[in-house]
Amino acid sequence: MLSRRLIPCLDVRDGQVVKGVRFRDHVVMGAIKELAQRYRDAGADELVFYDITASPEGRSVDRSWVARVARLIDIPFCVAGGIRSVDDAKAILFAGADKVSINSPALERPELIGELADAFGVQCVVVGIDSLRDADGEWRVRQYTGDPSKTRALRKRTLDWVVESQRLGAGEIVLNCMGTDGVREGYDIEQLQAVRALCHVPLVASGGAGTASHFADVFQQADVDAALAASVFHSGELPIPELKNFLRTQGIEVRHV
Amino acid sequence: MPRKTFALAVIDSGGANIGSVCYALERLGVTPELVSDPRRLALAERAILPGVGAARPAMARLQSLGMIPALHDWQRPLLGICLGMQLLFDHSEEGEVELLSLIPGRVRKMQDAPGIRIPHMGWNGLQSTREHVLMAGIEPDAQAYFVHSYAAEVSPFTLASSEHGQPFTALVQRGNVAGAQFHPERSAQVGARILQNFLTWDGQ
Repeated sequence: MLSRRLIPCLDVRDGQVVKGVRFRDHVVMGAIKELAQRYRDAGADELVFYDITASPEGRSVDRSWVARVARLIDIPFCVAGGIRSVDDAKAILFAGADKVSINSPALERPELIGELADAFGVQCVVVGIDSLRDADGEWRVRQYTGDPSKTRALRKRTLDWVVESQRLGAGEIVLNCMGTDGVREGYDIEQLQAVRALCHVPLVASGGAGTASHFADVFQQADVDAALAASVFHSGELPIPELKNFLRTQGIEVRHV
Repeated sequence: MPRKTFALAVIDSGGANIGSVCYALERLGVTPELVSDPRRLALAERAILPGVGAARPAMARLQSLGMIPALHDWQRPLLGICLGMQLLFDHSEEGEVELLSLIPGRVRKMQDAPGIRIPHMGWNGLQSTREHVLMAGIEPDAQAYFVHSYAAEVSPFTLASSEHGQPFTALVQRGNVAGAQFHPERSAQVGARILQNFLTWDGQ
């Protein structure tokens, strides 16, 4: 049986892993390779590296560390950040990343999703969606969230974008629920359930993990394939082996390490 | 004068996981040579056929390199990985393309169903179906990392199966030819052990 995945997310800025609250006020958490190795050893099922400064600054991710991470670790990892073209993605995938995740550039030019799927297969193409509920009750997507001064609210409804990105060739969707991000009060179950109903490819929940029970809730109530978290792992408050043991007691299938 | 052989060729099939496969082998202490010339392949003691992408362009690339007859003549241990494993069979529904026919069987699109998402992405169990040195040291509850939308049916050549909606071949072997649908280079200790087993396999 396919296991539910636990994915530490490493936000990268200037070659270091950083963490913000509600996408702001970043503090340095440590060096990329050391954190990658630590999570691999702790039993993380996959890693995601977001170059959070790449898209707002209009540049692609610095690739030198991608190959260093690929040499070091033997679990899959995904790289995100300012990937705007097949050539950008090719450099990252050939450096050793297993998947690329596109977010703001896919909103700029949705056909990028199909171009990447044609070039590398849908299994390499992850679409990240930053989503926030507006005053009228609709969830809508946000662009350039790596830099609060550049973040833009779009008219595009999150649920419409979920459907459209799958049609274009997304092989996986990461839903970053910005309303719950960084505050550790639990994943946005309501929004994830709504997206799950429309999402036929693997769905990754992001934003809000604070306790082991939040992970059990998101797997059991929103039926997501994977749960992504950052600060709750980086702080050491919730060791992955302990979390996996807890999830097993809840009847949730996770990988043995 | 006979030309000097070398330990391990990784065939340059154009797939994006070639770097990862080479790094995994380097972690095991072997430096593979990336090979795109069939005359060079002929000097390798064993070979890996990696691959990520689609079956039709991958076969076209092997064709353009002149690798198809070289692989038909190949007598030493060969391991296909992911798409590289699928290419070992007769036919793929992905692009309706004829494959290398080194192992009998067909590759079909996996079917989605409630709770069964395609691509099949993540860690899934390996159920041993036949004893073989390639599965030496692999525990009954071992899991490997998969990411694919097409799969080969289970057959007498299956060494280990997995299940996602339906059972499919995870590890296969016929004579000197073997293949892994999962990514051993990204399957932590389980994958490293299978690669290590391949590096010492005599091709029987």
